[in-house]
Amino acid sequence: MYTTELEKQRMASAQEDPEKLAEFDARVAADDFIEPKDWMPEAYRKTLIRQISQHAHSEIVGMLPEGNWITRAPSLRRKAVLLAKVQDEGGHGLYLYCAAETLGTSRDEMVEALHSGRAKYSTIFNYPTLTWADIGAIGWLVDGAAIMNQVPLQRTSYGPYARAMVRICKEESFHQRQGFEIMMTLANGTAEQKRMAQDALNRWWWPSLMMFGPPDDNSPNSAQSMRWRIKRETNDEIRQRFVDATVPQAEALGLTVPDADLKWNEAKGGYDFGAIDWEEFYAVVRGEGPVAKERMKARTKAWEDGAWVREAALAHAAKRAQRMAAE
Amino acid sequence: MSKALTGKALTSKEWPLWEVFVRAKNGLSHKHAGSVHAADARMALEAARDTYTRRMEGISLWVVPSASIVASDPGEAAALFEPASDKVYRHPTFYVIPDNVKNI
Ligand SMILES: [Fe+2]
Ligand SMILES: [Fe+2]
Repeated sequence: MYTTELEKQRMASAQEDPEKLAEFDARVAADDFIEPKDWMPEAYRKTLIRQISQHAHSEIVGMLPEGNWITRAPSLRRKAVLLAKVQDEGGHGLYLYCAAETLGTSRDEMVEALHSGRAKYSTIFNYPTLTWADIGAIGWLVDGAAIMNQVPLQRTSYGPYARAMVRICKEESFHQRQGFEIMMTLANGTAEQKRMAQDALNRWWWPSLMMFGPPDDNSPNSAQSMRWRIKRETNDEIRQRFVDATVPQAEALGLTVPDADLKWNEAKGGYDFGAIDWEEFYAVVRGEGPVAKERMKARTKAWEDGAWVREAALAHAAKRAQRMAAE
Repeated sequence: MSKALTGKALTSKEWPLWEVFVRAKNGLSHKHAGSVHAADARMALEAARDTYTRRMEGISLWVVPSASIVASDPGEAAALFEPASDKVYRHPTFYVIPDNVKNI
């Protein structure tokens, strides 16, 4: 999801002071929070910068598929809600960028990494939003998956990241509920509306399951992140929880989850579900998602079109400061 | 990649960082909420309003240039804060008062 390791970089095993390292490990193991000025291993810092900035990029790029529908929302109420939701996602991006900045990276460095393609963002946002029902499906499934993933991160070991997650989690619940409400309205509407809702579920279900990242046996950096308590639960654990929570919601909507192998497993107290197409996932990670190019083009254009505004604001501030000094 | 995105020149043009403090309601002090980038103080206030108070989280904002904040060094935490831990007599529970004595 927003927070899975999408880049399989090898963890730098730099030489760290063993005494400091032991002290750090003990603090993390005791569920103490690490704060910006505390000593931390370089690999911990790097992993966090990568994960937090990736998460921030996902929030920002995530504004695009939904922003696409603001002008076409079917009523003023839906439009106001969608605007508020998309604005929240922008806010989430900002909370996270500033959490990452406490680790010694800059906003511009992160933006540059995103636009140049070096930094990743959640694969889910490289799928197109074809109908209004997709806006319902995104709120319900994508924000639903985000909640599952983000709730444990409120206790992640890096203080500024944990605090950003607390703020974000407070806001996500509205996102999921407004999406579910759209789905409810469509599912209880005309036959054509119901078909639209089912079609959206069909297209968003599997990409949503992929949001939790590769299976545990193929998630090389997970173990270290768990030890550092950056990650608090494994990809498969969270994915299972999402399926268990979401299938009954689909039933309540009268919609069918597009998985022939989906079956309640009494023994494990959860659903068994079909195989995920990991080839598709890795292709999207590589940048081959259906609208990946379009997304980065939109981001880069916004950044470049805004350049003169950023420069003018700085020039204006400098001029005013000068004038005030002269007075 | 476009020219605008390359090089360090752009980094130096980054808007300064401001720390944001929000007073949730009168009677409470301002509490740190996060930070924003802005060219000047007024813009910082507006950005802080949009970023940190979308749901009536506050009735007053402070923004402070991050560069103006002087922080204590975690490495000195022991020297700064530990002396307090052997001064338990600063706490009322240090003094034993008989049970029959009330209102103290
Ligand atoms: Fe979000
Ligand atoms: Fe959201």
